[in-house]
Amino acid sequence: MPERAELGVMNAIIFSALIGVVMMLGGIVIKSNAGIKLLAIILLFILLGSHLAEYYDLFNIHIQTHGMLAKSRFGMFFNTIIISLTLLYVLLSGDEIVKVGTYGAEYFALIFFSLCGATILSSYNNLLMLFLGVEIMTIPLFVLTSSEKKNLKSNEAGLKYFLMGSFSTGILLMGIALYYGGTGLFAIEASKAANEAQQAFRILLPLGLLFIFISLSFKVSAAPFHFWTPDVYDGAPSVFTSFMATIVKTAGFIAFIKLFELRSVDMGYSWKILLPLIIILTLLAGNITAVFQQSVKRMLAYSSIAHAGFMLFALYNPNDFGKQGIMLYTVAYSLATIGTFAVLTKMKDYTYEGYNGLAKTKPVLAATNTIFILSLAGIPLTAGFFAKYYMLASALKESTSNLWLVIVAVLFAAVSVYYYFRVIQAMYFKDGNAETTEIKPFFKTLLIIIAALIIVIGLMPSLLLDLFYA
Amino acid sequence: MPIQYYIILALVLFCIGIIGVLIRRNAIIIFMCIELMLNAANLLLVAFSKMHNAAATANNTNVGIEGQLFVFFIMVVAAAEVSIGLAIIVMMFRNVHSIDINFLNRLKN
Repeated sequence: MPERAELGVMNAIIFSALIGVVMMLGGIVIKSNAGIKLLAIILLFILLGSHLAEYYDLFNIHIQTHGMLAKSRFGMFFNTIIISLTLLYVLLSGDEIVKVGTYGAEYFALIFFSLCGATILSSYNNLLMLFLGVEIMTIPLFVLTSSEKKNLKSNEAGLKYFLMGSFSTGILLMGIALYYGGTGLFAIEASKAANEAQQAFRILLPLGLLFIFISLSFKVSAAPFHFWTPDVYDGAPSVFTSFMATIVKTAGFIAFIKLFELRSVDMGYSWKILLPLIIILTLLAGNITAVFQQSVKRMLAYSSIAHAGFMLFALYNPNDFGKQGIMLYTVAYSLATIGTFAVLTKMKDYTYEGYNGLAKTKPVLAATNTIFILSLAGIPLTAGFFAKYYMLASALKESTSNLWLVIVAVLFAAVSVYYYFRVIQAMYFKDGNAETTEIKPFFKTLLIIIAALIIVIGLMPSLLLDLFYA
Repeated sequence: MPIQYYIILALVLFCIGIIGVLIRRNAIIIFMCIELMLNAANLLLVAFSKMHNAAATANNTNVGIEGQLFVFFIMVVAAAEVSIGLAIIVMMFRNVHSIDINFLNRLKN
């Protein structure tokens, strides 16, 4: 696929917005929950098809965007991953999504709109598009988070998410304004020869980048800007937490990498201090607090903060190793998280005790859940191991003086094994009567497929990375 | 007027917004403070747009126009955010009859 920066609207952006509208209107005609779910799955297949048609140069819509969006192999591949993951997510949890409230179709429509924002983030070339992408991605999530209208926890999570989300948007806009003052451009590439007035305001550029960095840290829940995450992930309906913690979060990282692969130079020495600081704080806040949680859902929220710490390693070497690593991490982490959350939504009790004896009552669920959890912990032979390996290796590749940071990260990964294995311990070695809602054979089959994917990628990560270069 | 005045004014507004978000307890006031932050950014963008326009040449008089365009996008997105945000606040009010965010401590066990 040739790189064509000037002709860069992706089918995925247009189609995901369109199918969102179709889904919304479909909700007027179709009343049955099964019909709505079927429509969503068909529309997702259309989206995936239109995207792949563009990937293999069969069909695409050309719109002159004046360099606002740029098509890159990286972005295209990421889009393939997130659309496939959304498809998997809807296939697994579609039944729960329609059950959250009265208007099932609207939840799917909001998910598609959010997906549209994520596809913009994978291809933006201009800070205007970064801003629009972030907003299109998060505004539907405010609604999804607070979609259980009578549940106070959900209301609270929605309000918190909304306030924190718009607060970080304010910081992002301030950063963009300062960036504009320093360079006279919104494009993320290095500017042409600046005129004298701009030279005088060059100092505003690193300041603006710092603001943007803080705002994006909010969005991907990196410490010390992570405090909203546990409450929001805990309060939101479990099905939507799964979407937020995987697709939306990784799209935030793609936005992060796209900007700072070009612009981290402009931050000069402060970048060298800021990045390790944020990584260590994130790993600390995520892993240590997760140890003390009683609820598996809340533990997973903290573990997603810890994973953000690992994904931040990609910023060290964004050009080659980091990019492969973030792809692998996106797939490994998202597959495992979608899987564990799918099992979690089937449980009646979200505490560790609720998992007691699951291996006896539902052996398939327990076995697949074990694989997901092993992958999250980064045990060899699962995808999570190579994902973590690539992340740490990218930091070492940049410079061997980062060795201390890598050692700290490995120690925190060891801490994470403790709280992950408590779930396995509860499922296999404790007596109890884990209660679940009704489980369909199709659901079990999908879980087995996801577990198999995790193992295959864990054995041969090159299968996925070869696709990236194909 | 020199550009510095605009930068200082925008930064002061922005800081008032941030402090308001951090110390006020009323959801609507917090919301207004966030809007203040967005408007500080708007003001700064317009000021910089004018500044960059001073470098315009006879061939290209459109230098700096994108800053003003950006402001319209911010306004549209802010309006979308307001509609969602107020809906969430109203929903919250129906359930607890208060918009004080000190009520929001149920999730911390």
